[in-house]
Amino acid sequence: MSTLNITRGPEFTAILGLGVFRGEQVVPNDDLIEPINSSDEWIQKMTGIRTRVRAEHDTSVVDMSVAAAEQALAQASLSAAEIDAVIVSTITHPHITPGAAPEVADRLGITAAAWDISAACAGYTYGISQADALVRAGSARNVLVIGSEKMSDWVDPADRSISYLLGDAAGAVVVGPAESAGIGPTIWGSDGSGAHLIRQSDDWITVRDNDDVAFPTLFQEGPSVFKWASFKMAPVALEAIAAAGLTPDDIQVFIPHQANVRIIDQLVKQIGLPEQVVVGKDITDSGNTSAASIPLAIERLMRDGAAKSGDIALQIGFGAGLVYAAQVVVLP
Amino acid sequence: MADTNEVLAGLAEIVAEETGLDAGDVTLEKSFTDDLDIDSLSMMTIVTLAEEKFDVRIPDEEVKNLTTVGDAVKFIEGAQN
Repeated sequence: MSTLNITRGPEFTAILGLGVFRGEQVVPNDDLIEPINSSDEWIQKMTGIRTRVRAEHDTSVVDMSVAAAEQALAQASLSAAEIDAVIVSTITHPHITPGAAPEVADRLGITAAAWDISAACAGYTYGISQADALVRAGSARNVLVIGSEKMSDWVDPADRSISYLLGDAAGAVVVGPAESAGIGPTIWGSDGSGAHLIRQSDDWITVRDNDDVAFPTLFQEGPSVFKWASFKMAPVALEAIAAAGLTPDDIQVFIPHQANVRIIDQLVKQIGLPEQVVVGKDITDSGNTSAASIPLAIERLMRDGAAKSGDIALQIGFGAGLVYAAQVVVLP
Repeated sequence: MADTNEVLAGLAEIVAEETGLDAGDVTLEKSFTDDLDIDSLSMMTIVTLAEEKFDVRIPDEEVKNLTTVGDAVKFIEGAQN
């Protein structure tokens, strides 16, 4: 009987390069408060956000992905021909098909496998887990992981639950082989019983069939999401630290999904991270950019000199689904 | 099983920790929002910590009915029985 060959990859992977693209416009709170009858002070108190970045009308999820990916490839010193898979995590690409990833790949000169994933604000950490597994299994030498969101196309200016938090951006990394472990085990999961907590207002069929149903936008049950993210995600983060063979004292940088500064602060407390841990808070200027938020926060910390290449970082994504994923990584 | 004073004292401790208020100011008739200036996110933190402390479940949809400290104490006592 014939036996089949299988692929085997390297034992270890790491993030080899990182790039970001932030929406061209910086939108201060004052520009958004009138329709929600609020104030700059209230938005800052409830979320920590001072400004969010939003893309120009003609800048697409694909455009932002390409810009971020070009930087990531350059930092990793890799050419298009060395990339064997392109994963784009997005919930805001405005086509149900084709996905954004093949077009992104084409514009980068890549003809390798390319596909989208939909894991909302956990999309980046889901992508890292997939890329790590693909490389270690020998299915790909190097993988581009891109989180790209144009959230501003899906907001209701009068919505007080989530719209004013959201920004547009893309973050990209290259995952490839390494001499030692640069990506720890991923702890991930879902809780579909909370599907209603962060959602699109109406599905496309309802919109099509009802003249009085508005174009769909995003909503959340803010306090419930705050409770879930702040308190249920801490054990997930602790499990990821333990799975990597570390303790909270070993963590140098903490980069949670940039959902709300109040969630970030509560997570730091609940995880029990030491005071000296550097915490990513790019949300204050970029807003909540969903799948792009973690790479954006990493880039900001490294640009500011608060974090450096080789630092041990805990990253955790969580969001609509509900879905979540956490892993410890070595910063590129 | 904790009596009303014990639940109030435990809850006041949580509120004081979250808000920086004096635990003595957290009395049964006080409104969480109007008197203690607790917003919706701080309220969720207080609820979660109370759930852990008193080993009860306070459903999210119930939180909007807990207007005063007394409402919360009563709910926790009822959930314990």
